[in-house]
Amino acid sequence: MPIIVWQLAFFVGPVLFMVAMSFFLVKNYRMTEAFEFVNWAKMFSKGYFWSSYWHTVWIATISTLCAMCLAFPAAFALAFKASENTRRWAIFFLIIPFFTSYLVRTFSWFVILSESGVVNAILGTVGLGPYTMLNTHIGTLVGYMTLTLPLVVILQTVTMANIDRTLIEAARNLGCKPLAVIWRVILPLSKAGFIIAAVFCFILSFGDFVAPFYLGGSQEPTLPILILDTTKSGQQWPRAAVIAVVMMATLFTLAFTAIAIAYRKRSTS
Amino acid sequence: MTKPAKSKSSLLTNRRDFLRVGGGAILAAPFINKVHAAPVEINMLAWYGHGEPDVVAEFEAANNVKFVPKYYAGGDNMLALIAQSPPGTYDIILSDGEFVQQLNAAGYIEELEPADYPFDDMLHPDFQQFPGHWSDGKLHSVILRGGHLGVSYNKNAITAEEAQSYACFWKPEIKGKVGHFDWHLPNLGMISLFEGNAADLWNLDDAAWGAVQDKTMSLREQIGGFFDYGGTFNSLKNGEMQAMCGIGDWITGTLERDGAPVASVIPKEGGIQFTESYCIGKNSEKADIVKKFMQYMLSPAGQVKSAQMAAYPGFCVTKGGRAALIEADPKEAMRSHQMDGMANEPIALINEGRIHYRDIPTQQSLEDWNDFWSEYKNA
Repeated sequence: MPIIVWQLAFFVGPVLFMVAMSFFLVKNYRMTEAFEFVNWAKMFSKGYFWSSYWHTVWIATISTLCAMCLAFPAAFALAFKASENTRRWAIFFLIIPFFTSYLVRTFSWFVILSESGVVNAILGTVGLGPYTMLNTHIGTLVGYMTLTLPLVVILQTVTMANIDRTLIEAARNLGCKPLAVIWRVILPLSKAGFIIAAVFCFILSFGDFVAPFYLGGSQEPTLPILILDTTKSGQQWPRAAVIAVVMMATLFTLAFTAIAIAYRKRSTS
Repeated sequence: MTKPAKSKSSLLTNRRDFLRVGGGAILAAPFINKVHAAPVEINMLAWYGHGEPDVVAEFEAANNVKFVPKYYAGGDNMLALIAQSPPGTYDIILSDGEFVQQLNAAGYIEELEPADYPFDDMLHPDFQQFPGHWSDGKLHSVILRGGHLGVSYNKNAITAEEAQSYACFWKPEIKGKVGHFDWHLPNLGMISLFEGNAADLWNLDDAAWGAVQDKTMSLREQIGGFFDYGGTFNSLKNGEMQAMCGIGDWITGTLERDGAPVASVIPKEGGIQFTESYCIGKNSEKADIVKKFMQYMLSPAGQVKSAQMAAYPGFCVTKGGRAALIEADPKEAMRSHQMDGMANEPIALINEGRIHYRDIPTQQSLEDWNDFWSEYKNA
């Protein structure tokens, strides 16, 4: 019962208010209660809204693919090669970044990625560069990785560490090559955990404001940046609410679909 | 048998009594102190920096007051914060000059007595009768400082000669290295000037507005990013951006003080002046001390504080202030051209007609400009 009350008070209530707010009007910089569809009509009729929407979906998808691929070797090594003690310490170290402010971690990339930064200095020693990384999609993706990679590594590690080792040994005994073991045994058995990791990564990237704003230079604004722009000029909170509702609807659809796929039982026929 | 009364000296004879009396005294000490020295809190609504110690500490100490600043970014944001707060929340409001009219129309500010302020000492007649500060002969706001917006550039990438025109933003060599301060008003104002609209830069008919949009769109491929205050500052400092549209000395001046090879100039097409003005919040119960603070900030000492403000520089608006700045900090006066006869001296630029006060569009709504700005960012 308390959990239901908690959910109603701190999740369902605010979401319903946000949906209601999307129908409000702004008069003299003050929100007034109304039930008008003008905000929805306005946002849906604007090309920049749809550009931002598809750009956000695209870059969050790229971020998810990058995080899943980059995390896998580390998670595999931790799950199957490292000792129990090493794995515990590794997970502890992966949690440590969450103790510090994400904004501070993002700002530290300025020193590393700028044209006079560490990466270009190293590349310069072998005659390469300088390359522009800040204020580009590369910068945005680096920020997304800062946010999501530790979490994805942890989820993948925990998932693979719980696979029954006898199944892997059986596959090897039956002549399965190492890559085939990964493809035909480990990945199918990790499906649910991997999908959850990917969903978390997508959700965090999709809703992140800091990386595309500070490391991506707001080039091709994502939806969180569009929310800021909308509230900054004219204090159009109802229009910002429209964007937020669309974002939530997208993420709900994705999450429910992903969970359905993750836990779908394999056909026995 | 009656219990013998404790003498005063015997009150502290055991450890428990000592702790009780001593502890009570220690806990009460700060409150005793505060009874005598509790400062009056003044709620300030302002751009970042105006309520910081480098500006207000001296006044606070002399008058036993404490400023409680609430910072905003942009006139819209300021109006919204006031609209959403109960009347009397803010005692003093620092507004961009062009938004004073709206503050007055909404009844958010008090009328001022002109005799209380040094209008005779203003550096330029425009500052005495600043547009929007007066309504039906009544004063509602007093100008504090200003600054000019033009071409801001890295001296290693753009020559001083090239910087004499907004055309330098289109220079092929700096493709991807031109940044925007992420606010449509100064950026589109500058492009409007580049389009030759001069004094009519805010008063654009459909054809002129269309031309400004087309010219702005042609700049898009040069753009390397859209930045807030911190991002603008960083990207110029670390060389990621070599020219910046929408700003002026208020950003590059701070970097220049630290030795960065950046500068701002007013190009031949003209520049824009931002103006910051003080108002007294409607129904403020501290109007008297706020008036005293405004008088202090318009005094020579206050004007020097304003010109030297750590967050971002601005130029003096009074003759006394400028004279005091030249005496107290000739280096800053020289750097900001606040000396008679210097090239780009702010008042001379106004007199030459090269400076236009920042305003809001007259034939389009702010929403139209903002919509276009969002389209531009997505292009």
